[in-house]
Amino acid sequence: MSPEPFLGTTSHSPVRHHILSVLVENKAGVLARIAGLFARRGFNIYSLAVAPSEGHARFSRVTIVVDAESAPLEQIVGQLDKLVNVVAITDLAPSDAVERELLLATIVTDTANRTPLLDLLANAGAAIVDVDPGAVTVMLAGTPRACDELERSLETFSGVEIHRTGRVALPRLGEPAPK
Amino acid sequence: MQLSGAAALIKSLEQQGVDTVFGLPGGAILPVYDPLIDSTIRHILVRHEQGAGHMAEGYSLATGRPGVAIVTSGPGATNIVTPIANAHMDSTPLVVITGQVATGMIGTDAFQECDITGITMGITKHNFLIQSAQEIPRVVAAAFHLATTGRPGPVLIDVPKDVAQSMMDWWYPASVDEYDLPGYRPEVPLDEDALARAVALIGQSERPVLYVGGGTLKSNAAKELIAFAERTRMPVVTTLMARGAFPDSHELHLGMPGMHGVYAAVMAIQKSDLLISLGARFDDRVTGKTSSFAAGAKVIHVDIDRAEFNKIRRVDVALQSNIGNALQALDAAGAAPKSLDPWWQQLRHWQAQYPLVYDEPTTDGPLRPQHVIEAIAKKAEPGSIVTSGVGQHQMWAAQFWPFEEPGTWINSGGAGTMGFGVPAAIGAKVGRPDRTVWCIDGDGCFQMTAQELVTARAEGIPIKVAILNNAYLGMVRQWQEMFYEERYSEVYLSADLPDYVKWAEAMGCVGLRATNLKEMHDVIDEANTINDVPVVIDFRTDATEKVFPMVAAGASNDDLMVHPSQRAGA
Ligand SMILES: Cc1ncc(C[n+]2csc(CCOP(=O)(O)OP(=O)(O)O)c2C)c(N)n1
Ligand SMILES: [Mg+2]
Repeated sequence: MSPEPFLGTTSHSPVRHHILSVLVENKAGVLARIAGLFARRGFNIYSLAVAPSEGHARFSRVTIVVDAESAPLEQIVGQLDKLVNVVAITDLAPSDAVERELLLATIVTDTANRTPLLDLLANAGAAIVDVDPGAVTVMLAGTPRACDELERSLETFSGVEIHRTGRVALPRLGEPAPK
Repeated sequence: MQLSGAAALIKSLEQQGVDTVFGLPGGAILPVYDPLIDSTIRHILVRHEQGAGHMAEGYSLATGRPGVAIVTSGPGATNIVTPIANAHMDSTPLVVITGQVATGMIGTDAFQECDITGITMGITKHNFLIQSAQEIPRVVAAAFHLATTGRPGPVLIDVPKDVAQSMMDWWYPASVDEYDLPGYRPEVPLDEDALARAVALIGQSERPVLYVGGGTLKSNAAKELIAFAERTRMPVVTTLMARGAFPDSHELHLGMPGMHGVYAAVMAIQKSDLLISLGARFDDRVTGKTSSFAAGAKVIHVDIDRAEFNKIRRVDVALQSNIGNALQALDAAGAAPKSLDPWWQQLRHWQAQYPLVYDEPTTDGPLRPQHVIEAIAKKAEPGSIVTSGVGQHQMWAAQFWPFEEPGTWINSGGAGTMGFGVPAAIGAKVGRPDRTVWCIDGDGCFQMTAQELVTARAEGIPIKVAILNNAYLGMVRQWQEMFYEERYSEVYLSADLPDYVKWAEAMGCVGLRATNLKEMHDVIDEANTINDVPVVIDFRTDATEKVFPMVAAGASNDDLMVHPSQRAGA
């Protein structure tokens, strides 16, 4: 059976979420099949990340974060598994997973906000990836919670544009967390 | 060998052992119709693509083999959407081939373009848009494999016109390994732990019921079911989709459960302590209000599709397996309940107390629909196949026709598609020409797909159609009478418009009519002598007749309403 979902409190994560790491055939229309399945059954997708898997052109890895409260996980997994193009499904509880996400943000800068901004970025471990005289683009690769926190901190600045990738995840190494 | 994509498609169908396809040509599918002329495959030219789909379903349900339909793009494809949805709901194996505009035109709103793979994504087991002629054999082989294995269902293949016209080097996949289906695992090994828990639950049971669904027919498990039921002496109920999976004449059979089920079958489930679901899916037409459905029962759910487990009902043991294998394994493990004598005493009491009944027929008519069905059944050869539309007549056919073997009852269960009966009968007769095929139809349903009788006459397919003509959309009328204070809204059809006898004759069929008891017997006898052309009989039945027993929508099965003559004070 699936482990107990994590009871989180971050502003951007669903309260009880599950991570489905789904290996699919890299074919036209596969994402539509997955998205359609969720839509048809009224399950909400919280975040979705897709990329070719392990260097193969043949398969892609889709990481889907679902709100385990609004959707019956067993049904989702059972229905996903019936999609012919779905090769394998790993259902990860957050406590058993290493989750990472990438956040990019462009912030309009001026002489007044530059110092507090640089302090904040240094604290968060974010890197500057692009600059011009009036703006800076920064990057944070971290836990979804770290991304949430940076996003919240940046709310005090004006002229901020934020893009997040949605998370990817792998099972934690070693013993699974006690249930 | 170089072949056009179209020729490769037809040759691939031949490789799959296809003997009959149902279809209607048009622009985008034109290339595919050319090599069909030289093929051994019989093509049945329908008058509407919906007919092709339902015929393919009827063919499949009568033979156990996949049904095949070919239609053109755009409206041809959308016309067959209803049968695809119907087959999806009832897990009927179909392969539907649709024409598509040329690949370079896709997405440009070209003439008769429509995104049929998008439209049917949610109502097919899988669908394919073919990209190149070279992959046609693989896609066809994969489509048949998908349609017929695991939980069966419809598979659609969309063939762009230029792909059909381009050339390929002929090949054919030698085995499943070449189908390129890395994510498809239709069967899993039986979970021994779950099996052991099932055996233990059965061992503790004093009031078990075998709740037999359509999956039992799909996995050809009728023999295993009889063996298991006879050894354990467990009572059997067969759902609308499973009629024929267990002989109605068998002493262990209580009949059909559900909204219009037999009292003893409904109550057996309600009071059971163990429900063994065999390829059934706890449909709301069976469960009534789910919270009070078999409230005191433990549940063993056997199904090939794991997504059925815990969908409607929390189960105690989920056994993912085809039905035959699971029953054999339970037999081998010696699964046996406690003494069922007290249980059978109770069941026999319910059977005696509330059998299926209807009011005495009157000599002068109008006819009693249930009586008409019984009269046809009595005069029919054993093994006759029955199809139906959707409505009261369907429920009466399921209740009153005695089904003895698999493949003899063909109806639209999950979708409830009016108009299913006539084309399904044609498909069944094509698949089983040795059998008599009766369609028990409603007057409303008949008007939806009757034009296929032209197909039947033209192709020499002699089916028999009994219209239970109550001049109404009877099932809807029944609900309006019972739950909408007899406010009849848009349900009257007229018994005389159309004139069914003339209509039948215009379509090249024999048309007959019966308004009283003597005529009823005469026309059935006459129909039974006609074996070369289709026969249509207009039976004038009582419009006020209602289907009983009945559980009102959303009500508990405990509140089953029996026939008025069986109620207290009657
Ligand atoms: C395509 C379609 N449209 C509407 C319905 C709703 N419906 C269910 S039964 C029924 C009445 C069927 O009338 P008829 O064929 O005369 O059968 P009867 O109930 O009178 O025996 C209707 C309209 C349906 N099931 N299918
Ligand atoms: Mg009617």
